[in-house]
Amino acid sequence: MQMLAKFLRAVLKALANPRLAAGLVIVVLLILIGVVGPFFVDVRNADPISVKTNLPPSPKHWLGTDSGGRELLAVIVVGTPQTLRMGALAGLIGVLIGTGLGLIAGYFGGWLDRIISAVTDTMLTIPPLAILLVVAAAVRAINVETMALIIASLSWMYATRVIRAQVLTLREQSYVQMARLSGMGSFRIMFREILPNMVPIAFASLVGAVSAAILSGMALEVLGLGPQNTPTLGMTIYWALLYSAFSRGMWWWWTPPMLILMLLFVSLFLISSALDDFANPRLRSAK
Amino acid sequence: MTWSYVLRRLAMFVAVLWLAVTVNFIVPRMAPGDPTAAVLEQLLSRGQQVQGAADIVASYRARFGLDDPILIQYGRYILNTFRLDLGTSISYFPQSVSRAILGALPWTIGLLAVSTAIAFLFGSLIGALIAWPGSPRFVKSFAPFLMVLSAIPYYLLALVILYVFAIWTGWFPLGGAYTSQASGLSFSNLADLLYHAFLPALSIVLAGIGFWALGMRGAMVGVLGEDYLTLAEAKGLPPGRIFFGYAMRNALLPQVTALAIALGTAASGSVLVEVAFSYPGVGYLLYNALRSSDYFLIQGVAFFLVLTVAVSVLVLDLIYPLLDPRIRRQ
Repeated sequence: MQMLAKFLRAVLKALANPRLAAGLVIVVLLILIGVVGPFFVDVRNADPISVKTNLPPSPKHWLGTDSGGRELLAVIVVGTPQTLRMGALAGLIGVLIGTGLGLIAGYFGGWLDRIISAVTDTMLTIPPLAILLVVAAAVRAINVETMALIIASLSWMYATRVIRAQVLTLREQSYVQMARLSGMGSFRIMFREILPNMVPIAFASLVGAVSAAILSGMALEVLGLGPQNTPTLGMTIYWALLYSAFSRGMWWWWTPPMLILMLLFVSLFLISSALDDFANPRLRSAK
Repeated sequence: MTWSYVLRRLAMFVAVLWLAVTVNFIVPRMAPGDPTAAVLEQLLSRGQQVQGAADIVASYRARFGLDDPILIQYGRYILNTFRLDLGTSISYFPQSVSRAILGALPWTIGLLAVSTAIAFLFGSLIGALIAWPGSPRFVKSFAPFLMVLSAIPYYLLALVILYVFAIWTGWFPLGGAYTSQASGLSFSNLADLLYHAFLPALSIVLAGIGFWALGMRGAMVGVLGEDYLTLAEAKGLPPGRIFFGYAMRNALLPQVTALAIALGTAASGSVLVEVAFSYPGVGYLLYNALRSSDYFLIQGVAFFLVLTVAVSVLVLDLIYPLLDPRIRRQ
């Protein structure tokens, strides 16, 4: 009970940060599109050839229709949660791998640390798109889940770095040394003593990883390597450009997915920069 | 500069390239089906359209040497990549992959280098001014705007810029890098090049500038608390000299480190910007390769992307000790 009250107070205090609050509100609203939307919009209209093509917005089709015969409001309702799911899945897997590697590298040190750090630094200088391309072009039939897996395999490096640095300082804390002196095993110390203190910073890197994953996914999608039968936001932009919606003046086709993606990136950035302030007190005191 | 530092950086450079080659080697072999099957299938579907289809098929068979043990294939693949022999392009046949890429690479490097340099310099300067207590008030009001800008990806920004400045107002060309085929170095040709490169460059600069400004602000805040700044002020040095020579110079060091890491993202981003503006660099080449499933060309572009970034990172890493004496003495 006391724990819960303490937790709630911490959450309320955190929400006083305008950037965190604004970012969270936007993300929740975007999640709601997929949750509430299907009750008001017929999602079957997101499939090709279900409505008349190339209609501008009207009372019947609020956001108009595209050249493939999809209603764009339905596309947004179906596509937004798909994009969010892909990003969340890839980000979560990436951060889990990163946390594991960071814990091992930071806690054990020595040659394990040297290997993990060298691999992490090496991977960080590789443009992620280069590897994603080769993999995505080889795996032909791609869906949202496989895409998330491919992207996750390249999004663990930042988390590894951040977690490792944090473990290096925590390892020398007196409570960890006490645990070691009392004969606790390495793995118990890592999971029971160090890991719980890592949750805020892991969460901060999760937000960054989700944002990076959505960015990578969008890059694959606009190059035509995305899931061909799922109307994610990136695929909608790809189709709009493929059917030259720009020069045909069909602004209603590409503006909604672009606006939602921009809102998503800005809100995730606001959240992660606010969380960074909590993790990095030097910046906080400067403001 | 110590030798171990140089050797470590060189080892990392080699490791990056080795990783890229290995991914290129392994991935197609892990995909379902024979590695040549996809290519053969495609050639068959084109039938007569490809001149000398039999030649390509033969060259592919010889190239893969599918009966050899996998390790020999791997060794040969590394050797071939090292000699920049990346196979024959299908969509640009009979051009080799390396030739097609080498023709496009200058455009990409030019665009990427110039716009990243501009974004880095201006972003760092703006970030330093935001953190500097003596700068005018309105400079501080840039901060939230820059934050929003740094969050929006290259590609989306490029599409917005393309729509507003090329389609809606028609002030700038829709795409391409030049209007006439007229070669030679004349003033009007140069102006034409700049005119075409302006919007793609603007996208890359705008997308990058916020990142550098925010990073610089953070680094500057750290430097501003140092004692040597107080001493410089007590000595009565002019504020301009303190700002550039004492504060900014030290705050720039972590920015250079960040540059090495951010280059990969910038390269990926500018590839997409090229696609948006049909700019004839490797990004556009890649887009065409993807549309015609030209797998060797896709691999080649990926490899050159890694190579370009790895070379730039190596150069940055080797320059870094000259900027930061602490590393030299380590």
